[in-house]
Formats: sequence, structure tokens, C-alpha cells
Amino acid sequence: MEEKTFEPRIIAFLCNWCSYRAADLAGTARIKYPPNVRMIRVMCSGRVDPTFILKALAMGADGVMIAGCHPGECHYLEQNYKAMRRYAMLRHTLRQFGVEDERVRLQWASAAEGAQLAEAIREMVEQIRQLGPLQWPTYWSENGRREEALKSIEREHEEAMEVPA
Amino acid sequence: MSERVGVYICHCGSNIAGMVDVAQVAEWAKENLEGVVVSRDYKFMCSSLGQELIEEDIRKEGLTRVVVGACSPHLHEKTFRRACANAGLNPYLMQMASLREQISWVSEDKAAATEKSKLAIAAAVKRVQLHEELEASRVPVNPTTLVVGGGIAGIQAALELAEGGHQVYLVEREPSIGGHMAQFDKTFPTLDCSACILTPRMSDVEVAENITLLSYAEVEDVSGFIGNFQVRVRKKARYVKEELCTGCGICEEKCPKKVVDEIFEAGLGYRKAIYRPFPQAVPKYPVIDRENCIYFERGTCKACEKFCPTNAIDFEQQDSFLDLEVGNVILATGFDLFDCTKIPQYGYGRLANVFTNLEFERMCNASGPTEGKIVLRDGVTEPKSVAIVHCVGSRDKRFNPYCSAVCCMAALKFGHLVMEKTDAEVYSFYIDMRPNFKDYEEFYDRLLEEGMHFVRGRVAEITDAARQPGEEGKLIVQVEDTLIGQQRRVPVDMVILMGAMEPRADATEVALKFGISCSMAGWFTERHPKLDPVATMTEGIYIAGVCQGPKDIPASVSQGAAAAARVKSLITTGSVEIEPIVATIHEEFCSGCRICNDLCPFNAIDFDDEKEVSVVNEALCKGCGTCVAACPAGAITGAHFSNEQIYAEIEGLLLDVISGNGSGRVREPELAEA
Repeated sequence: MEEKTFEPRIIAFLCNWCSYRAADLAGTARIKYPPNVRMIRVMCSGRVDPTFILKALAMGADGVMIAGCHPGECHYLEQNYKAMRRYAMLRHTLRQFGVEDERVRLQWASAAEGAQLAEAIREMVEQIRQLGPLQWPTYWSENGRREEALKSIEREHEEAMEVPA
Repeated sequence: MSERVGVYICHCGSNIAGMVDVAQVAEWAKENLEGVVVSRDYKFMCSSLGQELIEEDIRKEGLTRVVVGACSPHLHEKTFRRACANAGLNPYLMQMASLREQISWVSEDKAAATEKSKLAIAAAVKRVQLHEELEASRVPVNPTTLVVGGGIAGIQAALELAEGGHQVYLVEREPSIGGHMAQFDKTFPTLDCSACILTPRMSDVEVAENITLLSYAEVEDVSGFIGNFQVRVRKKARYVKEELCTGCGICEEKCPKKVVDEIFEAGLGYRKAIYRPFPQAVPKYPVIDRENCIYFERGTCKACEKFCPTNAIDFEQQDSFLDLEVGNVILATGFDLFDCTKIPQYGYGRLANVFTNLEFERMCNASGPTEGKIVLRDGVTEPKSVAIVHCVGSRDKRFNPYCSAVCCMAALKFGHLVMEKTDAEVYSFYIDMRPNFKDYEEFYDRLLEEGMHFVRGRVAEITDAARQPGEEGKLIVQVEDTLIGQQRRVPVDMVILMGAMEPRADATEVALKFGISCSMAGWFTERHPKLDPVATMTEGIYIAGVCQGPKDIPASVSQGAAAAARVKSLITTGSVEIEPIVATIHEEFCSGCRICNDLCPFNAIDFDDEKEVSVVNEALCKGCGTCVAACPAGAITGAHFSNEQIYAEIEGLLLDVISGNGSGRVREPELAEA
């Protein structure tokens, strides 16, 4: 059987004002980057709910990029700082899940930085290609013990809540 | 789902069709995506025929949703929204997929690009079915305008508006308007006297009834939105009562304290502690420089007060604040000059006869410190040879990568002035000569004929260490002449460094204050580099002049006028449409935790004490969605960017995994829903 190189699937959330325009610029300047990144426009990186990232990973993405305006340049004054804080907390959580740091990346890209965004995409694709597939959907659906795990959580919770006599 | 979706894939000539199999994408969408009833590809969707195609399908096929796979929504979202509206479909029920900027232009593999396009269309189709009808609201526009910066760009903008009968507040940081242009001697290529063409414009500002000039003032705080900004201006204490002062200038004469004028005279000349930067200053009222005034230092003197015929001096004056209501803002805050001491090998500040371009402008100026005589730092000796060094701090990766745009022409002007006023030989050390506008090349030709010497090469060093005969007592310019391929040492008496234009030191702070963005270099970012150079991403805030990027006087004037025209059209319309992309809080879910209240940078979320819930003020909300992402109860929805819409988009983009083609991975149904 021939070995095919692993092509990671990456979801990118781009803010409307800087990063989406950086992507536009990369296009206008015909800067080539791998087709692995699939982009979603949000108004601000501050809109990126950590759930979006988890959802993307759970649906089968191998990595997620959040791109926003540089600190201090946010169209909404300071909302990218909020994205930054959330990102730090989410990384902490993801680490506990065993998700490698490289899989979720926060990238600043101003509207003038098409080339930098393309470079970041190239780098991220390469890093995730090294890491291999994440395969959350596969793992979660195929071990067949999801029900059991959920019940055990409930049980543990009840035990913890019991007041000792 | 019962929505009827129409999918339109644009070829964009060969821009998309050259890399993406558009017909295949269109066909695939119809066969594989739920809800798609019409799917077409067309050469140019944005053409009127392309738009009519959509309109016809909406009417005939009863489409309830439209997806256009074409260029970036930043380019044609409005076009296609309008097409939908023409056919009676709510414009917000349309979604674009950027097949050109994000796929065809950046990909190299046709098959991969086609696959990626299918997913982008899938995401848009899934998302658009969850769109809701939205109505843009209209708010009235206050006809008064704020212009920040009284250089030539700001003056032009203010005059254009005032002449059209509109009220303008012109805020200037320095004691007088005029900006850098007031400091110059001649303007290129016509060699008009700068002051002769500028000062009439300045007095026009002074006499215009519609213009309220707030000089020696700065904008403290800005709030509100297009059509309705509230601006707080700090008027710095002048220590002179404007209503009493006649501008006679006796106080300046009598003031015993002489101070080096670092700003207007670029450090070459002196002013008094009570001063007007230059005789034709507008407004005519002087300012007391508190740092240097003998009274403020030692508590005695008051010479100005004693001699003032109208008792206009007031040492007790305090900074005052003005609250203005304006509909639009034009920023024309100009530039700072590159600090030439940052390049020590050029010797500025160490070698006396190395001058900056601004110093030379003042020296040439008949009302300047040397009364227009070109002399060395000693104040008497006329130079026998002058070197002009181009690109000091510009086109240099260590400082500024950009071209400062005006220096080549200014250098030619300097060359002409030196040769006109002295018998000196003039050498220009340039990298590339860029005389690129009307009559500029002709001016370059003229200087070639006049005998200015041109040496192509970036100067390595300017030194006073003589090595060869004839170099003693001279400044030696060490340079590689790239046209003859040799190192040269050119001994001269005087060196002029063409320092670059740089963004104002506080440009990023100002940008933040007005809610606009700066480029990496620090210039204010325009809405579109080609098609919208004076608007910004923030509605109602316009930019003009060098604060947007290096440019010469005619370009600054054009931008000032252009910005004014943009504002005028808004004033004429009288109201403006506001995008309905705002957050809404569902009271029944809101627990009143107030997390969102502090997150909002626009103070758009208030707390209703009675109901104990948070409420969004739609007029202030800019729709960033940070509160939506933060609400622990999920009580906030962001219109047009709801969680469900974004989940649908993720689902579409990962359709290849979810449907299991190619990856062998299985979809977990419960996870993909929700």
C-alpha cells in the first residue's frame, strides 16, 4: 500500500478587520499557501468562544487557528486581549486533554500582513503534519464506552456530594 | 430544512475558473447539499447580468437563501446584498464564500482547490439556512464636523466644509495652525513661496464664520458613533485671554527670556517665553511657555503683563475642557521627522555642519533664523560645496522600510536653492531618483542642466577625519558610486540629511482614541488602499494628509478635500445606515452576573437595576461579539454571527470528515449536531 502524506484539516477563525483582510491581501498578492486551512469570518477574535475550538476539534479538525489584530490595534479597541486571555486558559485545558500546544494557535495578523499570515499557515500545517491526525471523532465514537463514562461521572459526582453521616 | 437555497459560483474570468473547476463545484453543491435547489456557475457574477441571474432565480424559483461563491465579501458583499434586495429578498439572507482570495489565488493544485471550494460552499450553504432577516437602522447625522490637525490637509478639509455652509471645529495642538508647510521656504517643483500660498488659506480659516478654531488644544476623549460623536477637547492654558488680546506683539518684544525654538525653527533659532511661532500665526494670540517663563520659574517678572495694553495676560488661567457634539471626524495629524541622531555614522549632532532637511528649510526661509542666507553652523561662512544625502531613515530596514515619497523632490529643490543663493557645488547621493508626479521629472531635468551632481549610492559614512590631500577641514562623504562601481570620498563643507517622514510618536494612541487602526509602520489605515483612501474602518472617521502615509502637499490637499467631500455627502443625506450586526440579551436567560458589562469597550451594555438583567444599547453596540462569547448563560446572541451559524459553518468546512469520504473517520452524530 502506498503511503499518502497526511493532510491536516485546520479551521481558522479570522477577525473581519485585520486577519480576514490579511487573507484577502495574501490572495491579491498571489502568495501561495497550503490548502489545508479552511476559514471562518468572525467580527472580532474576541467573538471566538472556546466552544468553537472544541467543537471544531470534536468534528474532526486537526488544528484550529485564531487570527486577530495585533495587540493594541483591535478594531474594537481591546477585544483581542480578551481572545488572548481565553486562549491561554483554553490551552491549559487542552493540555490536560492531551492536545498538543501546536494544534491551537493564536496568530496576530494585521491587514497589511498577508505574507506573514501565509507563512504562519505554512508553519502550522507543517507542525500538525508532524503531529499526525487528532482523530477526536474516531476515538470518541469507537470505544463504545461513552455511556459508561458518562454514568461514572454522575456516580462520582453523587458520591462527592454525599454528606457524611 | 425547508429553505430553498440558490448557489452561484463565479468564474471571475479566469481568476477563479483557472484554478477551481467551477462547473464541478456547482454540480456537486446541487447533488450533495441539502436545501440547494439551483446551482449555477457564471463568468462574472458581479456584472449586471450576473446579478440579474440571481434576481430572476429568486423570483422564479422562489429562493429563500442565496450563496455566492466569488471574491472576498469585503469587495462585493454589498453588491449581492443589493441584488437580493432588488428581488425582494432580505439582503442578510445572502452569504458569500471567498473562493478567489482564499482559494484560487493562493492555491497551486487544481484538485485540492476544487475540493476546498466545495467545502467553502458547503459551509456557506449550511450557514445561510440559519440566517435571519435583519433590518439596517438609520440614525441622523449631526452636520457639525471635527477636524483634528491644522496643517494644510486639515485646513483644506475645514475650509471645504465651511464654504459649503457647515460648522467645523478645527483642533490644533500647537499655538498656530499651518503645520509643517508653514516652516518651508519654497515648494517644489514650481518654487512658489510656501508662506505666500499658505497664509491666505490660514487667514481664511481665521475669518470663516463656520469654523471654530481651537488652537493649543488636544482631543482628550471620543465616544459615540457615526453621525453622533461626543468629543472632549482640552484647551491648554495659554495664559493669555483670547477675548482681550489684539495680537499686537508687544509682550513678545518685552519678554526678557530667550528660548531655543525646537519646534518651529527646528532648533536653529530663538523665540521668547511668550511667543507666537511665526509672525503670521493664526490665531494671532501668543502663548506663554510655562517651562521657560521667568514668572513661573521664580515668581517675579510679569513684563508681559505690565506692557500689555489690553490686560490680556492671565497667569492664573487653567486648562479648560470643551464638550463637542459632532457627526464626523477628519484626522489630519501629520508626521514627525526622523531623528537623524539614530544614524551615528552620519554625524548629525556631532559634526556641526551636518543639517537636517527641516533645519535647512528654516535656513532658506527669508523669515528664518539666518534670514534666508545659506551659511554653516558658525552663522557667517558660506559653503563652497554641499552634499545632500537621500533616504535617511527611509528605505532602510533598520528604521523604516517605506519610501518617504517627498525627499527626492525636496532634495532637488534644495539643490536649486543652494545654487541660486551661493556658488557652491551640490552633490546629491541618491539610491533611486523618484520624481514621479506632474512636472516633477521636468524639474529633475532642470537640475541636471543647472549642474547639480548626482551620485548613485547609499552614503556609508560622513566623517571629518581627513585622509587625503584636500580633505582637511571638510566633511568627507564616503560612498560607493554604484554607477561607476567605485568607492568615492567627496569632501564638502555642508551636509543635508533628508530625514524620513515618520508617523507621529503618539499615532497609535490617537488611533486607539478614535477607534481606527495603524499599519505596522504606524500610519493610519485607510478603508481600502486603492478605492477608499480617506475613509477608515470606523464609520464616520476619515483621514487626510501624511498621517495616512508619506505624501507631498498637493496629495495632502487632495485628501483633505476628498475627506471633506465624503463628510459633505453624509451631511447632505442627513442620516446613515447602521449595520444590524449587534448583540441582544435574552432577559429570561440573563442571570444578572454583569460579566458582559465590563467586557464591552464601548459601554454598550447597561445593567437594568429593576429587572436585574443586562441590556444592550443597540446604538452603541458595534457587534464585536465578545460578550456573546463570554456569557456563561448563553443569554446573548450576536446577530448574523450566532453560535448556531458558526457551528453550521464549521460543520460545512469539515464535511469531508463528517461524511467520511477520504479519511476513513466516522462521524459521531451527537457531536456534530447541536
